[in-house]
Amino acid sequence: MSRLLRSLTDREFHYCPGCSHGVIHRLIAEVIDELDIQEKTIGVCPVGCAVMANEYFNFDTQQAAHGRAPAVATGIKRMLPDRVVFTYQGDGDLAAIGIGEFIHAVARSENLTTIFVNNAIYGMTGGQMAPTTLLGQQTATTPTGRSSKQAGFPLRIAEMAATISGAAYVTRVSVHSPGHIRAAKTAIRTGFQNQLDEKGYSLIEILAACPTNLGLSPADALAWVEQQMVPYFPLGEFSTTERMVQP
Amino acid sequence: MPANLMKGNEALAEGAVRAGCRFFAGYPITPQSEIAHYLSKRLPETGGVFIQAESETAAINMIYGAAGAGARALTASSSPGISLKQEGISYLAAAELPCVIANIARGGPGLGGIQPAQSDYFQATKGGGHGDYRLIVLAPASAQEMFSLTVRAFNLADRYRIPVLILSDGILGQMMEPVVLDNSPGPETFAKNWATTGMMGQRGPNSIYTLYLDPEQLERHNIHLQAKYRLIVQSETEAVMEQVQDADVLLVAYGIAARIAKAAVKQTRRLGIKTGLIRPITLWPFPSQAIFGAARANTRLLVIELSAGQMVEDVRLAAPAGTPVHFHGRTGGMVPSVDEIVTVIRKLADIGDDIDESFTAVVD
Repeated sequence: MSRLLRSLTDREFHYCPGCSHGVIHRLIAEVIDELDIQEKTIGVCPVGCAVMANEYFNFDTQQAAHGRAPAVATGIKRMLPDRVVFTYQGDGDLAAIGIGEFIHAVARSENLTTIFVNNAIYGMTGGQMAPTTLLGQQTATTPTGRSSKQAGFPLRIAEMAATISGAAYVTRVSVHSPGHIRAAKTAIRTGFQNQLDEKGYSLIEILAACPTNLGLSPADALAWVEQQMVPYFPLGEFSTTERMVQP
Repeated sequence: MPANLMKGNEALAEGAVRAGCRFFAGYPITPQSEIAHYLSKRLPETGGVFIQAESETAAINMIYGAAGAGARALTASSSPGISLKQEGISYLAAAELPCVIANIARGGPGLGGIQPAQSDYFQATKGGGHGDYRLIVLAPASAQEMFSLTVRAFNLADRYRIPVLILSDGILGQMMEPVVLDNSPGPETFAKNWATTGMMGQRGPNSIYTLYLDPEQLERHNIHLQAKYRLIVQSETEAVMEQVQDADVLLVAYGIAARIAKAAVKQTRRLGIKTGLIRPITLWPFPSQAIFGAARANTRLLVIELSAGQMVEDVRLAAPAGTPVHFHGRTGGMVPSVDEIVTVIRKLADIGDDIDESFTAVVD
């Protein structure tokens, strides 16, 4: 029982077998426990498969409308600057319907931490094309594979965020292997520590597996992340533009 | 107390500050811009936060976050911008987050114009967003009321945990009038033990959410909301009644239209026509009982609006069976003159000249 976390409730996750959300929830809870910030943390949950994350996290939470988490988090953090506020968002939430809220929260250098779960597909609504769906990837709305001519190109969010002066820390990690999970935890801890140090916006993009909507076994879905996603979405920390300090 | 010459928009903004509002997020749009201009200076002086948001959706969701964190929060816009906020307003109502939203309305539909209108009445009072919800909707008719009703709006929002919408218009926002910055009744304070302020060693987790996947739970939540709305109807409905006791022609108008209607009542009384005015202060809850009670046998109701006829539907529902309900309105930023309304009243009182039927309809 020594691995029971204060920052997770004892609710069973509703996530599908092999889904990465459970792993990522746990990493966040471990970091919050280790930094001893559970009592002052407020999480903002997205619309998507993680919409019920408020039932799993054992600290204050707000559930935002689809894509609006960075705006909601801005409102919380500006009123309670000594609390720790993070958003947990998927690729449809952050990179499609909520791209405006995300970009501008970064541009304002809000002192927030965003956990961006990129699994290249819409999960909860039944496997439609996401803004990060790979070219050629079959989804419920790209039945013959995503074609750039018909459906455009996948967005590289971390690279885009790193061009914005307000970004303090931008990294892309993955959870497809135990080693990568450990690296992801380190990145999450850095993102939360940055907020405690008032450094500004931290983005941790996490490549994740959605076996159900990829039509793969849990093991094959992790292999797909490694073999298909990582080449297009390179892992590592992105250098952020020189922070412009103005009065 | 001395009066200050202020624009209605500035009076609303100062009312918010004196009501304890410490968070504003908004997006530029005419004719509400002075609210943002004023608060960008004034809020930082009080330790508050001003954010120029990247969009109306972002602004309303910043309000959601700040209100959920326990702050008194305001956003303001004008008609097209209020349309964009509707998603957030539905979520605020569902999550029972107290906040104030000001609509300095302009002509529509679409981009419309920048001149005043009251054509957002349906959107304000019937719910522009999805789901069974209500907002308290207040209708100021002067710069003074832009101030005082804003203070009241924050108190009502906290008392009932409900978003309150101030339905104003481009005239009230832009015109300058003397305003007494009277602090009474002033801000009331409410315990917000539901707010997500961090547990801080004091309690278990709070969560602000609007998802109920279990239909029984969602119905229970709706029943709870409806019970709250009934309580508001019983406790907060308000209208100003002027010279209604003996009125043969009873005007019903709110906001700037009521100012014009009031002048028309004064003129027609001089002509010997018994006219009166009912001015709803709360558009939701609507003062149906006041209208029902004021209409005597032979009373004609005349609704004046800066719209093609929206509140007239509620007046028709409120009126006793058989009471004629007439309507006169202008749209698109056009404002009826006092003489125009006097002409309509004279016609209704059977002493008048021909009236331009294009703006006037009998709705009974």
